[in-house]
Amino acid sequence: MPAVTLEKKSKKGAVAAFIGVLVILAGVIVLENTLDPNRNLIVFTALKKGAVYALVAVSMNLLNGFTGLFSLGQAGFMLLGGYTYAILTIPSAEREGVYYMYDGSAINFSITESLQNLFGGGGVGGAVGLVLGVLIAIIIAGLVAALIAWLIGLPVLKLKSDYLAIATLGFAEIIRAVFQWPNLGRITNGANALNRFPTLTDFNITNADGQVVLRLSTFVVFAIAGLCIFLIVLLINSSYGRALKAIREDEIAAEAMGINLAKHKRLSFIISSFFTGVGGALFAMYVNQVQAKTFNSAMTYELLLIVVLGGMGSVSGSVVAAFLYVASSEWWLRFLDNTATFSGATSRWIFIAVIAALAVGLTALLLWKRRKNGAKKFSELWTACIVGAVVLVWDIYYAATGGMEVPFLRSGFRMVVFSVIIMVVVLFFRKGLFGDRELPYVVKSIGSFFKRIFRAGNAAAAAAKAVKAEGKEGGANE
Amino acid sequence: MSDTILSIKDLKVSYGGIEAVKGISFDVKRGEIVTLIGANGAGKSSTLRSIAGLVRPSGGSITFEGEDITNADPTGIVKRGITLVPEGRRIFADLTVLENLKIGAYLRRDDIKEDLEWVYSLFPRLKERSWQAGGTLSGGEQQMLAVGRALMSRPKLIMMDEPSLGLAPIVVRGIFDIIREINQRGTTILLIEQNANMALQTANTGYVLETGRITLSGSGGELLKNEAVQAAYLGT
Repeated sequence: MPAVTLEKKSKKGAVAAFIGVLVILAGVIVLENTLDPNRNLIVFTALKKGAVYALVAVSMNLLNGFTGLFSLGQAGFMLLGGYTYAILTIPSAEREGVYYMYDGSAINFSITESLQNLFGGGGVGGAVGLVLGVLIAIIIAGLVAALIAWLIGLPVLKLKSDYLAIATLGFAEIIRAVFQWPNLGRITNGANALNRFPTLTDFNITNADGQVVLRLSTFVVFAIAGLCIFLIVLLINSSYGRALKAIREDEIAAEAMGINLAKHKRLSFIISSFFTGVGGALFAMYVNQVQAKTFNSAMTYELLLIVVLGGMGSVSGSVVAAFLYVASSEWWLRFLDNTATFSGATSRWIFIAVIAALAVGLTALLLWKRRKNGAKKFSELWTACIVGAVVLVWDIYYAATGGMEVPFLRSGFRMVVFSVIIMVVVLFFRKGLFGDRELPYVVKSIGSFFKRIFRAGNAAAAAAKAVKAEGKEGGANE
Repeated sequence: MSDTILSIKDLKVSYGGIEAVKGISFDVKRGEIVTLIGANGAGKSSTLRSIAGLVRPSGGSITFEGEDITNADPTGIVKRGITLVPEGRRIFADLTVLENLKIGAYLRRDDIKEDLEWVYSLFPRLKERSWQAGGTLSGGEQQMLAVGRALMSRPKLIMMDEPSLGLAPIVVRGIFDIIREINQRGTTILLIEQNANMALQTANTGYVLETGRITLSGSGGELLKNEAVQAAYLGT
């Protein structure tokens, strides 16, 4: 039986995953130092934001996908993490400027600054102080989020499903309101942004002239997010993670097996919030500022979308979906927001070809789906054909008349296309891209899918031959 | 040898004013198979659930190995050596068979390999399917898994809530053979059943529950011959 060796394989899988992560980290360093980040700003924006979102999505998945607790408080915990990080690291000399509305900050202490003073201001000492200070601040940011999670978890975790979601969403809104409250201005800077704290670009290594020698800003966020995700994976694969899955599957059975429901749910909530807080700190470093209004419920929904699209209960699914989501919304679909005109003949024909391919592809996909389901009604197929044909004719007409402006393209169209893509993905992948499987399994099943198609093709040819042969035989019998 | 392992005194269980168990008392002796039989709503499941700590009794006391466990939580009860095989199997459908079994041993910190082998020897079918998701098993296999999972906690007393529910007669017979085999290894068994015939044939002692009260008790053989039991539960 091949099944018996599976446990060994999963250890091999862990090693492979580890090597994969190292390769990605090395790749990020190489990419960042060969591509000019000022010219390819959007690439690195997508990578950095993708990494932050991947971390927060995975910690959300720990709660929603693995423990079965439907929580929508992510933005609130990110806010806590982001603010904690900022408040702890703004240099004291800058505080006057940042808190100018409130005549300075109530806290005049910066972890990074004190450590830099301890290790010596510039050079290596300064770098050590910066790295240590930032790491400590990030950990404290996570701990603050975890502490608040513990406090609100006591009453809130008694609720189930939708009610828990409403309560946590309410918590996030309250937190946001509290941090905008002017009376706390000397700490939170009210509705204004906190900034001038160490950001990702501070990790770029410069020489004495202030020129960048080695860029590490993207690497830093990848390394921290990667380490956190690795820790979450370890947790999920432990016996503790198994208990969480048991709670998700059947609370009564889990309780009958001696699993303390309240304790495990609370721990899962606290750990998830810790990493969400860390994610909030990284988010602050990525956008160079913290402002309460950015951590709204729309942010939580984005994360929920990523978790659902990637697959509830799949860590690699959340990671892949986070990067795809961020890249599509920030980068790949950007061109849809700008008007464009086709002037050259070549670009016009390329456009026609793309639209034609899309129309044909969609029709073929629907046909294949129909065939597979063995349905007899072809209404959807006809709809697709008609829509495809109309688009095609219309498009050729416009393209042929020349000098045309590409239809639809204008500010806001990106979000329309984006929403349509998400709807299509959800329709075709009911359980998200990865379901509750992880990357190696998905890669393997894609491989076997193509193998099957190849074999099915062969089988069809063989069957056709057989039918022919039978026909001949039948003829002979007559 | 025949000391009392579990002692129930005047146990009452109510759900929001409705009293499901109205003060029952019975003892389970170490190494025995004890069965509670009765119709739907007689209070059998409520009794087991309150012993397992899943519901708080509203009155009376539960003593296990001389220790009062009336208000202990489910974790503490499993730790002391009582495990419930819940009604309707309730296996973890998306987890593999092996993971299901490992969760059974969740509170144990010692080596579980020996117990895993024993469960696999009791149910070779589970070994064959150890990497399959629990939800893909047939009803009988799921019941085996539920029993195996409970055994993984190495209980002194195992409580089974209608293990024959929804299973074919031949599968039921297999399950009862296993129950006897588990008992022969020294595990005390408290069994509740609607399949009174099978249960009484297997059990050393039986109690008949009717609307929250014990109305009859005796050895399995005696109850099988009892006319009232025959009329009400055995259909003869």
